[in-house]
Amino acid sequence: MTETTTPTSTTTFESMTDGVRTPALRFVGISMVFPDGTHALQETTFDVHPGEFVTVVGPSGCGKSTLLRIASGLNTATTGMVSVDRSSMGYVFQDATLLQWRTVTRNVELMAELEGVPRAERRRRALDAIELVGLQGFEDKYPKQLSGGMKMRASLARSLVLNPKVFLFDEPFGAVDEITRERLNDEVIKLFQLNGFAGLFITHSISEAVFLSSRVLVMSARPGRIVADFPVPFAYPRPPELRFDPAFAELSGEVSRQLRGGHT
Amino acid sequence: MSSVQAQDALPRSATALMTDDMVNPTPTAKKSRRFSPGQIIGPVVLFAIFIALWYVMRFWGLRFFFDKDGIRLLPSPVQVWQGTMGSSVARHRYIEGIKWTSIVAFGGLAITIVIGCSLAVLMSQAKWVEGAVYPYLVALQAIPVLAIITLIYTVFGGGLAPRFFVCIMIAFFPIVTNTLFGLNSADPGQHDLFTLREASRWTRLVKLQLPSALPNIFTGFRISAGLCVIGAVVGEQFFRTGSKPGIGIIMDLYRIKGIYPPLYGGVIIACLLGIVTFLIFGWIGKLVIGDWYESGQRKT
Repeated sequence: MTETTTPTSTTTFESMTDGVRTPALRFVGISMVFPDGTHALQETTFDVHPGEFVTVVGPSGCGKSTLLRIASGLNTATTGMVSVDRSSMGYVFQDATLLQWRTVTRNVELMAELEGVPRAERRRRALDAIELVGLQGFEDKYPKQLSGGMKMRASLARSLVLNPKVFLFDEPFGAVDEITRERLNDEVIKLFQLNGFAGLFITHSISEAVFLSSRVLVMSARPGRIVADFPVPFAYPRPPELRFDPAFAELSGEVSRQLRGGHT
Repeated sequence: MSSVQAQDALPRSATALMTDDMVNPTPTAKKSRRFSPGQIIGPVVLFAIFIALWYVMRFWGLRFFFDKDGIRLLPSPVQVWQGTMGSSVARHRYIEGIKWTSIVAFGGLAITIVIGCSLAVLMSQAKWVEGAVYPYLVALQAIPVLAIITLIYTVFGGGLAPRFFVCIMIAFFPIVTNTLFGLNSADPGQHDLFTLREASRWTRLVKLQLPSALPNIFTGFRISAGLCVIGAVVGEQFFRTGSKPGIGIIMDLYRIKGIYPPLYGGVIIACLLGIVTFLIFGWIGKLVIGDWYESGQRKT
């Protein structure tokens, strides 16, 4: 099932480990059938290694989001096995899911608060994370005072306070405009380089997938399974101009072809 | 009494929405809430129509439709004012009356809030409690107070206790249902966050369900506050104690004596007490959740 069309190059973090690598997140033979009979996932197997940023693209309703819910433990797979350390897992949803009654700072603190991190420590981490995502000056604002893009930044920061080893992104920028999305993509790459987490990103957007990831997986229509695996050779950090690079366009084209091929 | 799930709990706050020049170049319109002329003219016109109808009924309507002496039975607004606020006896009686009616209404409301909210929390935590209790809540709501006056009297006798009971009975349902609705309607995505970090039931209740239910809880408070005033006045009509005369008792006194101006004055006073209570709870609600709550908002 795996198809390699572009020569592999080492990503920044791969070079740090040598020999056998333990995956940060491992799916083995995951299938998912919902109680209503919907067959969402079929025999899905792949690994996400530390320092790897994997994006899954696929048609609507192919079970991409279910994959993340299984990884995080929100759902349990019908068959198969997931191996991951969930203690510091980051998870950004399609909606920002900020608590309306909390200020930005208190929202960002939430995950650390639920983990029982002492008040002073979590406040410090929250302010760091807020600065990292570029929300300084908005610490005391309520969610209703923020734009969609700023809410997503706050949502990113909320996961960052746990200093995640594994970071799941469930189509987080689907609802924001193109310009905001590109800026947020730059932000995610910056965070990825800084923290070196293992990233698993779900999206509809092929250019977003290629721009962000070190590997793009293509899923088939429901019941979803991985039909192609494209390593992305571009080195990090990735400048915005990369989007206009012929090699970028070519790879995007191949992913797109594969996506359409798997669809029909 | 049927308007249980009143929507749009609080007026939109006048806070300006901030412009986000970093990620969203379109400035968001500043929203303000000042009274426009239309908002004042409407009520004023209706009030004028109301007064006109009053006089029509007084001089013609009661005689024509009901063959009653309107001049005697329906005093003019001026007479009502003079008979209520202009007469020092009536005025002092009603001031005392407002005190006792308020004690029963607010005391009853406080008790209802404590019991009602606790019950709602219990129901939200265990589906079987909800299933078991809910039919009886509906039944309680359906019982006409007038039908069980005798029963209440048999149990409590006279005095303040039965008045509290009537209050609580009337105000209970909106508080429980609104609170329960709020507790159960926290955003599923926000629930997922708490599930991810394996939050305890208690943490979830205190940090997610209760705060997100606050707008609904205050809606319940406002509805029930008004109902409590009604309950107190109605209760007084049946359970009178000479030493603790509420507005309802004083009204009944004037009815028996056939002195009509202060009787209508009592109606207006009871009505104003209800309005003031409603406004006070609206204001408290705004103080507590006005900073973050937008009526009609989408969950963020």
